[in-house]
Amino acid sequence: MTLPAATASRAVPQPHRAAGLLAPSGPPRRAGAIAASATFGWRAILKIKHEPKQLTDVIAIPVLITVLFTYIFGGAIGGTPGHYLKTLLPGTLSMSIAIVTMYGGARLAQDVTTGVFDRFRSMAVWRGALVLGGLLSDIGRYLFAAVIVVVLGLIMGYRPGGGAPGVIAAVALVIAFGLSLSWLWAAVALLVRDPALVISIANAVLIPLSFASNIFVQPRTMPGWLQAFVNVNPISHVANATRDLMNNTSGAGGPVTWCLVATAAITLVFAPLTLHLYNKQR
Amino acid sequence: MSRNGTAGGGPAIEAHGLVKIYGGTRALDGIDLTVQRGQVFGFLGPNGAGKTTTIRILATLTRPDGGTARVLGFDVVSGRNAIRARAAVTGQFASIDDDLTGHENLVVFGRLRGLSRAASRRRADELLAAFDLTGSSGCPAGSYSGGMRRRLDLGASLIVTPDLLFLDEPTTGMDPRSQSQVWELVRQIAAAGTTVLLTTQYLAEADQLAEQIAVIDHGRIVAEGTSAQLKARVGSGALQVRLLDGQQRSQAQAVLARTLDGPVQLGADPLALSVPLAAQADAADVGRLAGHAMTRLSEARVAVAEVTLGQPSLHEAFLALTGRPASPAVTDHQDVQP
Repeated sequence: MTLPAATASRAVPQPHRAAGLLAPSGPPRRAGAIAASATFGWRAILKIKHEPKQLTDVIAIPVLITVLFTYIFGGAIGGTPGHYLKTLLPGTLSMSIAIVTMYGGARLAQDVTTGVFDRFRSMAVWRGALVLGGLLSDIGRYLFAAVIVVVLGLIMGYRPGGGAPGVIAAVALVIAFGLSLSWLWAAVALLVRDPALVISIANAVLIPLSFASNIFVQPRTMPGWLQAFVNVNPISHVANATRDLMNNTSGAGGPVTWCLVATAAITLVFAPLTLHLYNKQR
Repeated sequence: MSRNGTAGGGPAIEAHGLVKIYGGTRALDGIDLTVQRGQVFGFLGPNGAGKTTTIRILATLTRPDGGTARVLGFDVVSGRNAIRARAAVTGQFASIDDDLTGHENLVVFGRLRGLSRAASRRRADELLAAFDLTGSSGCPAGSYSGGMRRRLDLGASLIVTPDLLFLDEPTTGMDPRSQSQVWELVRQIAAAGTTVLLTTQYLAEADQLAEQIAVIDHGRIVAEGTSAQLKARVGSGALQVRLLDGQQRSQAQAVLARTLDGPVQLGADPLALSVPLAAQADAADVGRLAGHAMTRLSEARVAVAEVTLGQPSLHEAFLALTGRPASPAVTDHQDVQP
């Protein structure tokens, strides 16, 4: 006889206390901004460790751009490889890093559509930490891509006039510029929330900017309107600055200064915008 | 529960007139809710009724379009960091990282909860052991079964014991064994003094776990009370009898009709009978009536295999309270034969 059934089933059994289930709770703590950002950076690196194919883009794009374009456009530019690589290689370095930046945005868009993003937001963590942590891991990715370009260049016969200090300064400059673009794609990612769409938008911006620049061809062979565009194109300025540093041709350092100002300006606009979008409650 | 006294005063959750509008649809249409500290509160309703939206607002993930809510004494808009530091969310939407291992997931969450690296690792080991996941701690969470995933998910919410735990449909899509494991865990968490707000579309789940239940439908709360109170609103239930021998059914029918003074219903099962009990009968009366009926059956030499005094199922309660059947997803293991 089960009398009365419903009441019996509601009796709460004495909990069999699994050891360690509940921690003694103190006053609520929260992770500091730096610790939280470092944690998200570590998380991004763990993801690369578990899925190394994530690095395919970071390897394939610099290799393709550097090798293909050097041999395709090298002859048109003329001279010996050692000669035209002086113009071309700093350009491919700038372009490779610029293209690689879009994958950070795609990763963020991926993150915000998965359930774990809401869990992150439900914790008392500094709002910029997820984005900043991603950027920290991006520094590693950009550095990896930059090393590939430089090593390939050296193998193909490029001899930087600026020596190691010039190359290091150029790599630091493109990484800084790349990080400012990362903020831009992070803002786009939070707006569209679709990794594929982030890639499409970034491609639609970066591919024309990369080709309508002075990376491959001197603008004097182009029609006037295109020359005008090439001369205001930020990628042209970054390529010029990189050339100056790598080849030690920086006279007044104009392009380098321009590049640093542009990096700061893009960051100042898109970093706050990104943080605002991240924190917005829907 | 002295631990709960550390946060702001008042009830764990106090919401007034919560409204949320998504593209012209009022997903929440004026929700009032009070959850006392230390309580397990069940939020019951079909898919799309507004359960998850309510939890998202209370967990500070979504801003209400109207109304106010205080959680652990803090406003959900202006006090969200204070709430986030004291509450934890587990469920359909707040989940874990599939690419990371179980251990890495817990260490990441531990670091974000303000634990040191060493303390995070230690706590991750403890929780993995407590949740019977030590053997898979090095495997990516994406490879976990549904039950393991939900246990890891719960573990992530318990790294620092929260004052308030939001559980959004903790057992949806689970096999019965995993379901009862999760129920057991929820009971342990509640026994330690954490307030639990649980949403579910399973009537049995609310019945099993929650001391207080609110039934939500179309963004409104249509009923609230204890499981027994809600059931009482649709009557006191039915006495169900199963016989050993189907030949005796008409004899049993006559005895029960005489004793209980009610219409005796014959189930599809040739051995079963059921008698609805009067709505006004209180619990003691019901027990006495049932005992009386058993005595009479025994005197008439009717062999009884099983007797169940079933309160009406919450499924029936839902139908009575909302005026429509619960969506097909809503089921109850103790549905009564008509």
